Amino acid sequence: MIRLEGVTRRYSSRAGDRVALDNVDLEIGRGEIFGVVGRSGAGKSTLIRTINRLETPDGGRVIVDGEDITALDAKGLLKARRRIGMIFQHFNLLNSKTIEANVAFPLMLEGRPKAEITARVAELLAQLGLAEHAKKYPRQLSGGQKQRVGIARALACGPQVLLCDEATSALDPETTEDILNLLDQLNRELGLTIVMITHQMEVVRRVCDRVAVLKDGKVVETGRTADVFLNPAHPVTQAMLAEDDDGFDAAMAPVGGQMARLTFRGASTYEPELSRIARETGVDYSILSGRISRIRGEPCGQLLVVFTGGDATVAMARLTENGVAVEAIQKEAR
Amino acid sequence: MFDNVNWLEVGKAGIDTLLMLAGSLTLTVAIGIPLGVLLFLSGKGKLAANPVVNAVLSFVVNVLRSLPFIILLIVMLPLTMLLVGTSLGVLGAIPPLVVGTAPFYARLVENALREVDHGVVEATQAMGGSTFQIVMRALLPEALPGIIAGATVSAIALVGYTAMAGVVGAGGLGDLAVRFGYQRFQTDVMFVTVVLLLVLVQILQMLGDWLVARVSHR
Repeated sequence: MIRLEGVTRRYSSRAGDRVALDNVDLEIGRGEIFGVVGRSGAGKSTLIRTINRLETPDGGRVIVDGEDITALDAKGLLKARRRIGMIFQHFNLLNSKTIEANVAFPLMLEGRPKAEITARVAELLAQLGLAEHAKKYPRQLSGGQKQRVGIARALACGPQVLLCDEATSALDPETTEDILNLLDQLNRELGLTIVMITHQMEVVRRVCDRVAVLKDGKVVETGRTADVFLNPAHPVTQAMLAEDDDGFDAAMAPVGGQMARLTFRGASTYEPELSRIARETGVDYSILSGRISRIRGEPCGQLLVVFTGGDATVAMARLTENGVAVEAIQKEAR
Repeated sequence: MFDNVNWLEVGKAGIDTLLMLAGSLTLTVAIGIPLGVLLFLSGKGKLAANPVVNAVLSFVVNVLRSLPFIILLIVMLPLTMLLVGTSLGVLGAIPPLVVGTAPFYARLVENALREVDHGVVEATQAMGGSTFQIVMRALLPEALPGIIAGATVSAIALVGYTAMAGVVGAGGLGDLAVRFGYQRFQTDVMFVTVVLLLVLVQILQMLGDWLVARVSHR
């Protein structure tokens, strides 16, 4: 659906050139929710803006639904942008217009007939639970409601792609959950392809099918969310995930024995493998840290344990046989 | 009390002041808004960034703003004759009033446009809005409170300028104050004209504030 080929963007200033995007290749499938994470300044904003060419790349191509966005003339670009919805961290609603006028705005820009606009706006407001706010102004709404208006506005022209620029970063956790559920629902019901940039790992964990990690304008890691989150390969990914947890470094725990990281995925997450195998092999274990959760709906768990007594090697082999990924950790001599 | 006051004259002068104000304010707004939009759009990093256009416009605006109005009145005499056929009366006063105020108002419009959150511009772009649509449908409506507040400030400045325009035979309340109140030491005439001007300024400010409150939804 969306393909970035060698996309590069440089900013030049008197202080010298800065590369915001460095030869980025990405392929985003139709109907996918794709997350792009990275620290601030990694190039996330620039990346998402090349998809509707709010940022024009200095090199490379951006292809959306078979159309080369980077090759379009001014008129073609305006048309292409109508098929790409976008929502923003600070909603960017027009304060001078009512909610219904905000939702009608893109349709009016497109020059649709009045009757059609009225009908479409009423439909969108009802669909997003905003009907009662139609005549209000943005300042009268809460953040979550404003983002709903932003989503209604982005959907007005019936786009195939929705770009989310830190869309939940200004919202409280409960409202974030509400907006994520809504995006998830739109993705399923409309087959909408969603690209979201965020620094909130929790958001990616919750809704993204796949994720790319950006650092200094380069994609350093990409893959299915569960794969990347359970086995982060790049130090930046590892660090961002660690901050997302409590930040407690369990490997520092003052315990002796064989330390191992156990990763459960799918149905095995809920099986009592660990206690059964411990009993059978006669090892004891202490759990140093762990998390059982879902990543994009898939149950998964990751535990850091220390085996003491008995033969840890045998226990780890048995766990591996039973579908648990085991990574033995050598404690560094201190 | 008010022995020297010819109320008919005061009434006539009052109407002249109102006519000068209405005519020059209308033209100031009609010229100032497009000029302010051009100043804004041609600015660095803006939608139609153009350093040359911006520098030229900015220079012209600054030159006109730095000329004392009394000098502008005299310098403009030939141009005024050319434009409206007379340099006297209400009609003759309007060109210098507009030239003196429109650049000032254009700066106020430019500032009001700068106050609009760039996110709104970006969102309109993302929706496929053309630059023209962004200006007409997003920027100007969002900046409307500031644009009206600027028009209020300009209208009040114009009231002051109309008094000076009396020097070149424009008539109006200011002229009355100068010729009778000041030059003939008729303090009562001075008092009446000043009170009337004060009331006018007060009404303009209240009207402006009321309009701003009405269109403000921030």
